[in-house]
Amino acid sequence: MQEQARRQEAAYLSIGQVSKVYATRDGTVRALDRISIEQKRGEFLAIVGPSGCGKSTLLMIAAGLARASSGSVVVDGRNIAAPRTDIGIVFQSPVLLEWRSALSNIMLQAEARSLDRSAAEARAHELLQSVGLDGFADKYPQELSGGMRQRVSICRALVHQPPHLLMDEPFGALDALTRDQLVLDMQSLCRERNMSVLFVTHSIAEAVFLSDRVVVMTPRPGRIDEVIDIDLPRPRTLAMRETPAFAHYSRRILDVFLARGVLREH
Amino acid sequence: MTTLFEKDDGNAGLEELEAAIRKSQIRLRMRERASSILSPLAAIVALIAIWEILTRLFDVPPYLIPRPGLVALALSEHFELIMKESWVTTTEIMLGYALSILVGVPLALAIFLWPPFARAIYPLLVSSQAMPKVAVAPLLIVWFGFGLLPKVLIAFLIAFFPIVINTVVGLAAIEQEKILLARSMGMGGTATFFKIRLPNALPSIFGGLKISITLAVVGAVVGEFVGGNGGLGYQLMVANGSMDTPLLFAGLIALTVLGIVFFMLVEIVERLCVRHRSMGTGGARESM
Repeated sequence: MQEQARRQEAAYLSIGQVSKVYATRDGTVRALDRISIEQKRGEFLAIVGPSGCGKSTLLMIAAGLARASSGSVVVDGRNIAAPRTDIGIVFQSPVLLEWRSALSNIMLQAEARSLDRSAAEARAHELLQSVGLDGFADKYPQELSGGMRQRVSICRALVHQPPHLLMDEPFGALDALTRDQLVLDMQSLCRERNMSVLFVTHSIAEAVFLSDRVVVMTPRPGRIDEVIDIDLPRPRTLAMRETPAFAHYSRRILDVFLARGVLREH
Repeated sequence: MTTLFEKDDGNAGLEELEAAIRKSQIRLRMRERASSILSPLAAIVALIAIWEILTRLFDVPPYLIPRPGLVALALSEHFELIMKESWVTTTEIMLGYALSILVGVPLALAIFLWPPFARAIYPLLVSSQAMPKVAVAPLLIVWFGFGLLPKVLIAFLIAFFPIVINTVVGLAAIEQEKILLARSMGMGGTATFFKIRLPNALPSIFGGLKISITLAVVGAVVGEFVGGNGGLGYQLMVANGSMDTPLLFAGLIALTVLGIVFFMLVEIVERLCVRHRSMGTGGARESM
């Protein structure tokens, strides 16, 4: 019922016929070729594809941080032509300021937006706690492990309660166990908030685990090959990755990559 | 008889082991700290000893290489003179260095913020460095006399270049994501500069400041060599002229000490301004 109501709602983010062409020394490169994506409000949408398929470029365009060569990005009925400030953003690297403590890095978001300091700080502490970093607020980035740094970066992206969270391969540089933990953390963070998430990854398992819908992209030129609804119950558990339903979705994404020559079985 | 697998004993054993490891760790650290002071001290003492032995062994005349004892004697005999001349040189260094910062940093900002200016000024900047300052010094003496000003200017001319270059490099070298992040937060250009780009550049800027302070010392002495009526450089020339080699050595030692003190002062300021950065070692712990 709820699912259906969500589906009927108009698109929150609408990427229409977006292309991106780079000029290089040996001519032009088509990074994105007429991409159209619609994201509903509150939807967790993953874009999965191999490196070089333009998925990160697409995310930057959706954030208003890069310009499309043609096409349009519309959020909540407004055309995007400048960097969006209604978002939280997480990059592949944590991008923490080395001279600020974990808490102070999170509070940069509040300072930049002139938010109420004490309320923001309370939220920051709450977020740190929910990703298992209570007691680390006063640590500096080089005192934290890679996984902890990325968690701080996620807290920073959420402290101003943005309606839209954009993540660019946020767990790509982490080891497998840390990734599993962060994927679980992400799921619970999303459940507590009514937030739309645009999530770029090259991990099929991550995409299936977290998403309501997965967009499969293939490279040269960057194109959307398939859009797959993930109809698995929530909350999802790590054990669910072994179920036939989960395997079925993974298989469908894999088949796209095999068919397009992204993966080759000898 | 106890076995390894007895539960209670095992735990107690582990705690003992931990305590022992902690104790040995502390001992190791103390030994390292002591050695970081004692090792260079021992090296200096050894050097002086070898100096003393060799000059005695080969009976080197004092006007060539005076024995350490003679140098120490010259140092204590001329202590007041050396202190007075040191102060003259110190003033020149401080003024020249301050001028390098006051000109160098704004120049670097202009170069970074305004590309046409950068393209116009760059050839001039490079030629100002290619030109030997020692050759310019006599000209400055002609223009500004034998007083303080020409020495300050020479110190400035030698010292400002690394500040400019390191500041520009530091401002330009930033992860693009940090800038994108600032934009997504709605930060304007000024806020981004002061909250992110400038603090991000500080380690590089201090790299330039540390090179420059040693160059400012060189500049002041060069100025005194060419046309001085005071300062340690002038004193070196006088000692040289009268073949007073022990005094020459004493002057050299005073100059070295001056250079080290200045360098350490800049390092202290650096440590106050640039905290919590991994200096290459002791960086990331293994990922959790």
